[in-house]
Amino acid sequence: MHPAFSVLIFTVTSGAGYGLLAWLGAGQLLGYTQTYMEGQQVILGVIAMVLVSIGLVSSTLHLASPKNAWRSFSRFRTSWLSREAVFAIILYPVAALYGAAIFWQWSSIDILAGLSIILALITLFTTSMIYASLKTIRQWNTPMVPALFMAYALISGGLLFLAVSGFFGSLKPQLLAVVMGLIVITLALKLVYFFWQGKPQGATIQTATGFSQASVRLLDAGHSAPTFLNREFGYQVAADLLLRLRIVMTLVTFILPLGLVYWVFDGAGRVELLALAWSIMMAGLLLERWLFFAEARHVVRLYQGEQRT
Amino acid sequence: MKLGLVVDLDTCVGCHACATACKQWNTSGTIGPLSDERPYGKDPSGSWLNRIHSYEVGDSPHSKTVNIPMSCMHCETADCVTVCPTGASYKREEDGIVLIDQDKCMGCNLCSWACPYGARELDPDSGTMKKCTLCVDRIYDEQLPESERQPACVLTCPTSSRVFGDFDDPDSEVSKLTRERAGQQLMPELGYNPVNTYLPPRIPKQQDSIVVSPMQGVKQLVNRIINR
Repeated sequence: MHPAFSVLIFTVTSGAGYGLLAWLGAGQLLGYTQTYMEGQQVILGVIAMVLVSIGLVSSTLHLASPKNAWRSFSRFRTSWLSREAVFAIILYPVAALYGAAIFWQWSSIDILAGLSIILALITLFTTSMIYASLKTIRQWNTPMVPALFMAYALISGGLLFLAVSGFFGSLKPQLLAVVMGLIVITLALKLVYFFWQGKPQGATIQTATGFSQASVRLLDAGHSAPTFLNREFGYQVAADLLLRLRIVMTLVTFILPLGLVYWVFDGAGRVELLALAWSIMMAGLLLERWLFFAEARHVVRLYQGEQRT
Repeated sequence: MKLGLVVDLDTCVGCHACATACKQWNTSGTIGPLSDERPYGKDPSGSWLNRIHSYEVGDSPHSKTVNIPMSCMHCETADCVTVCPTGASYKREEDGIVLIDQDKCMGCNLCSWACPYGARELDPDSGTMKKCTLCVDRIYDEQLPESERQPACVLTCPTSSRVFGDFDDPDSEVSKLTRERAGQQLMPELGYNPVNTYLPPRIPKQQDSIVVSPMQGVKQLVNRIINR
């Protein structure tokens, strides 16, 4: 699949935003943000919604007819993209009310915090289901995709929460340990995903053409220059480059941030290192999302002459 | 009604006439124009609703060239319709034709991702998705003589390897052909239940495997001598 840069930015930044909002809400419910001043909590919330907004604006950039984007709220009953649009918009007033509840110390703050967490997680889930619901791309059509998308949001949002808390001087070592644990779990899930992805499965050129008993080779694709289908689905990257990028991605997204967080946890590193760890992780997640697209192989490629997906 | 096409892979010669006729008709049809990029340049590209791929099936010397024209299969389980967030993509209740409302499409490409057959292409100029309409603006046009109320690709096919009809009617030509020639769907395992059906090439008669009895042998010999 062609990795559209606007979609990479959208899923990574809005993911971190929703994750941060979930961490902020959970702090209210579990009590780990009690020592924060109201203003500090509001700043965290604003950072979260700014990230979400950057992502959503970016997501409209890949539309070929954005004038019709408002119609995307209408097919809520069948389309995950429509559901995502609806939940993303519902979250804004709820998050605004939650911010007001923090600032003016309303009694309904716990309910609004809970609602914000739920809506953030649902929106993340709907985003991931846009990809996971496609039967045409076997690398995406797995429950591991929603699990991974939510895990990425929680580790990138969590690390940002810790980094900002570090600047406020109210960092809790237990939370550092929780985030490190989540990073390890996400890494394990990603490795499982890589191994699962390598297993031969799914449609082949035989089932695509109906000649299940013979070898089938493409003689002529029927066009002299690349078409929309080639550009959108025929994205090719050398296999050895993909392998190297996987290793780089694993180091940058998981291992380096994990090391930096442990350094701070150990008491040896300065808290400012958490901001560095978050920046490195976001760069890694952009590479991860690029790989997510570059490694996804649509079944249309079988008609273009590939033997299997 | 369940309208669709039968394509005979035995007689299709891969001449691309169906694709050309399709482009010609539909560029001025209900969803037109089907725009092109650099049509007279080195690498012309553009939106087509029908494309032909040629394959070598089997291994030489027992291989065969098979041409497979691909257009929208008007699937019964059309994921391209359910994934559409705007409602631009829809399947007609009355005849099962899958269409795109050009005024509602926002060009997000998701329906083309959901289609396993590559039937949907984004128009580079209008920024909306284009696909086969089964010539919905021909097949119901009462201004046309009845014999011409068929998709442009079917009318133009020089080997009559494309047949249009109603798969819900067991006596229609498409139903009969599918039954008699073991017509099959492409990539059925994905579960889209495509309506369009492909007739596999006929198996050539194996001359050397015919068993000849001694009496028939004598008859054949006599016949050959007399014919000389």
